[in-house]
Amino acid sequence: MNKTVIFLLDGEVIEGSPGKTILEAAEDAGKYIPRLCAYKGLAPHGSCRVCTVLVNGRPQASCIQPIADGIVVESESAEVRELRRGVIEMLFVEGNHFCMCCEKSGNCELQALAYRFGITAPRYPYLFPKREVDATHPYILLDRNRCIQCGRCVRASRDVDGKNVFQFGGRGAGKRIAVNAAGGLGKTDAAVIDQAIEVCPVGAILRKRVGFRVPVGKRKFDHQPIGSDIEGKAGPTAV
Amino acid sequence: MNANQGSKRIVIEPVTRVEGHGKVTIQLDEQHRVTQARLHIVEFRGFERFIQGRPFWEVPVLVQRLCGICPVSHHLAAAKAVDRLVGADELTPTATKLRLLMHHGQFLQSHALHFFHLCSPDLLFGFDSDVAQRNVIGVAGRYPELAKQGVLLRKFGQEIIQATAGKKIHGTGAIPGGVNKNLSPAERDLFLGQMDQILGWSRSALGLAREYTLDNLERLAPFGSFDSNHLSIVRSDGAYGIYDGLLRARDAAGKLIFDQVDNQEYDRYIAEEVRSWSYMKFPFIRSIGPELGWYRVGPLARVNNCDFFDTPEAERERQGFMELTQGKPNNLTMAYHWARMIEMLHSAEKIQELLHDSDLQGEDLVVEGERREEAVGIIEAPRGTLFHHYRINENDQITMANLIVSTTSNNEAMNQAVRKVAEDTLDGVPEVTEGMLNGIEVAIRAYDPCLSCATHALGQMPLRVELVDMDGNVVDSLQKG
Repeated sequence: MNKTVIFLLDGEVIEGSPGKTILEAAEDAGKYIPRLCAYKGLAPHGSCRVCTVLVNGRPQASCIQPIADGIVVESESAEVRELRRGVIEMLFVEGNHFCMCCEKSGNCELQALAYRFGITAPRYPYLFPKREVDATHPYILLDRNRCIQCGRCVRASRDVDGKNVFQFGGRGAGKRIAVNAAGGLGKTDAAVIDQAIEVCPVGAILRKRVGFRVPVGKRKFDHQPIGSDIEGKAGPTAV
Repeated sequence: MNANQGSKRIVIEPVTRVEGHGKVTIQLDEQHRVTQARLHIVEFRGFERFIQGRPFWEVPVLVQRLCGICPVSHHLAAAKAVDRLVGADELTPTATKLRLLMHHGQFLQSHALHFFHLCSPDLLFGFDSDVAQRNVIGVAGRYPELAKQGVLLRKFGQEIIQATAGKKIHGTGAIPGGVNKNLSPAERDLFLGQMDQILGWSRSALGLAREYTLDNLERLAPFGSFDSNHLSIVRSDGAYGIYDGLLRARDAAGKLIFDQVDNQEYDRYIAEEVRSWSYMKFPFIRSIGPELGWYRVGPLARVNNCDFFDTPEAERERQGFMELTQGKPNNLTMAYHWARMIEMLHSAEKIQELLHDSDLQGEDLVVEGERREEAVGIIEAPRGTLFHHYRINENDQITMANLIVSTTSNNEAMNQAVRKVAEDTLDGVPEVTEGMLNGIEVAIRAYDPCLSCATHALGQMPLRVELVDMDGNVVDSLQKG
């Protein structure tokens, strides 16, 4: 029953428990696979595709793909890194991400991934979409300019907070994060302590009036690249 | 330079060794007389419009992107305004002194940059010297020790900024109601160890500016000079102040126009005029009107306006400076350099004084009070008085922003200087040389303009393109906005 699943990750033999995803099993082995929509404790979503790996040569989102005996997974090959890099660049051009004056800078997972991948400028043209800021809540700011539509807030609000404050609205390129009140976030039962507020990887959902209270040098990714905590479990890994 | 038969139009574009982009146009008639001389600002920024809708606590970090030379000025002016929005009327001693240290660090680096990198080639080699040598590389070749001092003075100032704001450029240190860090003993000791050298270099730079002005007084006194009003903040005790103070304006003879004006009431005393040919507005003192109410800001105005410096060496130097004009305001454009170097020495003295203050290691960083929806923050930037005025809605979003940037206040003064030098050196001269045109730039440079900071025309960006034939007739035109 407790049979161990054995597979190859970048040529290395990895053992994992049945039912685990590739991303989870890799993490247990001290291997970091970049991700944005995936978040520990939330149901996997498979939407951002940053965690794409090649499974027996086919691209798969590792956050939703269970491990299986004998599969051959490529995560750090040049081809996979290039795929991920393209996805990250698209996320930047699809929103309005101005890191230089964003209070999430230094704590932002999207920015941290760009640093990890050495992205200095995206190869695609900026779309500069018109996005709305919802500042109606007295303690929470929703800035859709920076939303990457990872759905973490949707899942956290529904599954952890039990509130359904956030949901997606619209279709295709017009898809946006929406709130379940016509009068904006201030008319919902969102609270500043909700997990939905905590899990946002970018500066889209923020606690108001916190701003830049954490000085440069003490922010999450000021000294360690994103993923270092996972890689650290298996000893120091050069990035 | 482009010329028609008869009348002639000279264009200096871009104006060099200043921050940002601008151009000068000089119109000459058939007898080579100057009929018009103007400094045009050709950039457009739009910060006042695009920060609308942003949360107010973001503003001190956002608006400092106006500039890469003295972002601390915008950072602190905006922070002072947002302090009032959160009801923080009096910050903790640690927060106030940290910000003051940051600001003096900026004065030191900005003034050093201007004096050594941008202006010293004119002063050391002459306005009409070989253009290939008249630059900072030329200075480094001929006066290597001086160039090194300029670079290291600037480095020291930048490192003070990094220690207080988190980064050398575009930091985050000032937050609504205070600061986000203090100064560690290790950082303090690192700076204290360099103070003797920094003070020594500041003294010698001041000596150079002073001696240059006095040795060349006969030539410099009329150069681009004119009478004007002078505006700055001064502390409530009349002392020179750059971070906190009340507005004071004097006329050219030294008579007070207004004094001890509360920052929040600035718009009852200052108004702005828009002219069709420049993206930069023209501020003026309301009680005098737009024609004669323009004023100068910056080092010259500050030294003219204050009653005293609260550091011994700068005060002694101020007294020497004022002796030249028998205690009346000094209206010499080229005296800006001397005044600027007095300020740099004062900043070095204040940095030393602050580093010995244990409040910088305090832990009490932020205060809050009763929220407001409108606030003004005024400080002295290296280039002059800087006004930030914001209104917010009930959701904490900016609904109105008005920025009167130092260089904007000096707009009319720089135009006066350009006109004066053009008339004095080009009028009736058949052959205009590069050195003569550099003289016009020398006068502009004395104001240390930051043209990129100063362009804040409201509304749509108007753009008009004209196609002009050889005789100056407009053949076609296109207008946008």
